[in-house]
Amino acid sequence: MIQVKNLIKVFGTKVAVDDVSFSVEKGEVLGFLGPNGAGKSTTMRMVTGYFKPTSGSVQLCGVDMIEEPELAKQRLGYLPENAPLYSDMTVASFLGFCAELRGIHGAARTKAIDRVLDLCFLDNVRNQSVDTLSKGYRHRTCFAQSIIHDPDVLILDEPTDGLDPNQKHEVRGMIKRMGRDKAIIFSTHILEEVEAACSRAIIIDRGKIVADGTPESLKKLVPGAASLDEVFRSITKPDTVQKKAA
Amino acid sequence: MSNRDIQNTLAVFKREFLGYFNSPVFYVIVVIFLLAANGFTFFVSNILDFDDVSLSARFFVWHPWIYTVLAPAVGMRLWSEEHRLGTIELLMTMPVSPWQAIMGKFFAAAGVWLIALVLTLPIVITMGVLGDPDSGPVISGYVASYLYAMACLALTSAVSAFTRSQVVCFIISVFFCLCIGMIGFPSLTHTVVNAVPSGMESIVRFICYFSFMDHFFELTKGIFVLKDILYFVSVIIVSLLLTDFGLRSKRA
Ligand SMILES: Nc1ncnc2c1ncn2[C@@H]1O[C@H](COP(=O)(O)OP(=O)(O)OP(=O)(O)O)[C@@H](O)[C@H]1O
Ligand SMILES: [Mg+2]
Repeated sequence: MIQVKNLIKVFGTKVAVDDVSFSVEKGEVLGFLGPNGAGKSTTMRMVTGYFKPTSGSVQLCGVDMIEEPELAKQRLGYLPENAPLYSDMTVASFLGFCAELRGIHGAARTKAIDRVLDLCFLDNVRNQSVDTLSKGYRHRTCFAQSIIHDPDVLILDEPTDGLDPNQKHEVRGMIKRMGRDKAIIFSTHILEEVEAACSRAIIIDRGKIVADGTPESLKKLVPGAASLDEVFRSITKPDTVQKKAA
Repeated sequence: MSNRDIQNTLAVFKREFLGYFNSPVFYVIVVIFLLAANGFTFFVSNILDFDDVSLSARFFVWHPWIYTVLAPAVGMRLWSEEHRLGTIELLMTMPVSPWQAIMGKFFAAAGVWLIALVLTLPIVITMGVLGDPDSGPVISGYVASYLYAMACLALTSAVSAFTRSQVVCFIISVFFCLCIGMIGFPSLTHTVVNAVPSGMESIVRFICYFSFMDHFFELTKGIFVLKDILYFVSVIIVSLLLTDFGLRSKRA
């Protein structure tokens, strides 16, 4: 459902994403791992059509993102990093606005809002201004926005960032459940999450894919590694090492 | 325009338009606009003792100066705020074309301005009842005034697409509106035309042709001049095209 081919993104002279290709089928949950600045968010921004790739192609459900962006975006739900929200709206009016942009109107709109308020445990803040929400609630509101139209493709940039342990657990469960009939990509820095929710994981380092496989197969990449954590540390080099060498 | 175009534009319009009322911006701007419009008309115009006592001279003549400051104040949040909050990333990954969003936002600001102008009607009606009963110049004055405001707003929209700072957007927009207004200011033009060598005169006049001010005064004179209306409409269209360009360059 998601087809990414030879994606490259250059900012000035810096190559942020360097020839990344992968595909995600319906029923798959792909975990995106990598150190800070590896290019995870940049890749996701290209997949969602926010950034124009320097070169390469993205297809969602067979629709090309560069040629027919509006059509491709209809199939997509996206939670950007840092969960941006319009600060002058209430939770319910924000979700209503997003529903309208998704082409959901009238009674269906009310139903869609109620459904996601319920799914994301936001019912008690539905009429609160998003300005006054706590960080976790802000994150959940933006997450609710991404699933309001029940999309085929879901892209989540650090969906569990800032959530309390209960909510983290809830969101992981939700991703796993939704993953049965959607194609999902989510990025995270919490490696247990990968084992809990992903059917596959990709590790990106400095713009390149350095590992791709099921969580179990990734563990086997490094002999003697007991956890994904150790695998992650041995195949990605921290920025500090790179700087000292330079 | 398809159904989808209209629905998306309308959704953005509604959000933006209501947004003005949820923040103090609208109330502050309208109050200041009414104070300035009345203040200039009744106090400054009297002190200056214009030869021309018609409404258009006393009332509308001040509008370009007021808009130079207030239109950027209304328009600066259009795209800068989206950049600052990061919501631009949400908006641009929705199945909404940049044009639908640009139009929705522009019309929302235009709607706010329409309300502000309508609120000046009471003064104008009072003046009309007391003096000149001819309504022609009043209507053309309003058309000129509104088009001038829209041109300033569209310019501000273009500037705001390039920056995430509302303050930067405000200052640059005021500067642009001021320049493009001033270059056609009659007394300034005269001075410049007299100062430059005779060959350069036509160049100065050509540049002045692009000023808002010239077209504004032509319009307020009460003759509906199609070319002046077309001028303002094309300024607005070009500015909105620039807005689109700005948004694209930020995402490139
Ligand atoms: N708009 C931009 N202009 C210039 N450089 C950028 C831009 N956006 C990202 N970068 C650079 O691209 C690289 C990849 O950034 P990206 O945000 O994709 O990292 P990430 O993997 O999401 O990191 P994190 O785990 O911290 O979220 C970084 O070096 C960043 O500085
Ligand atoms: Mg990131």
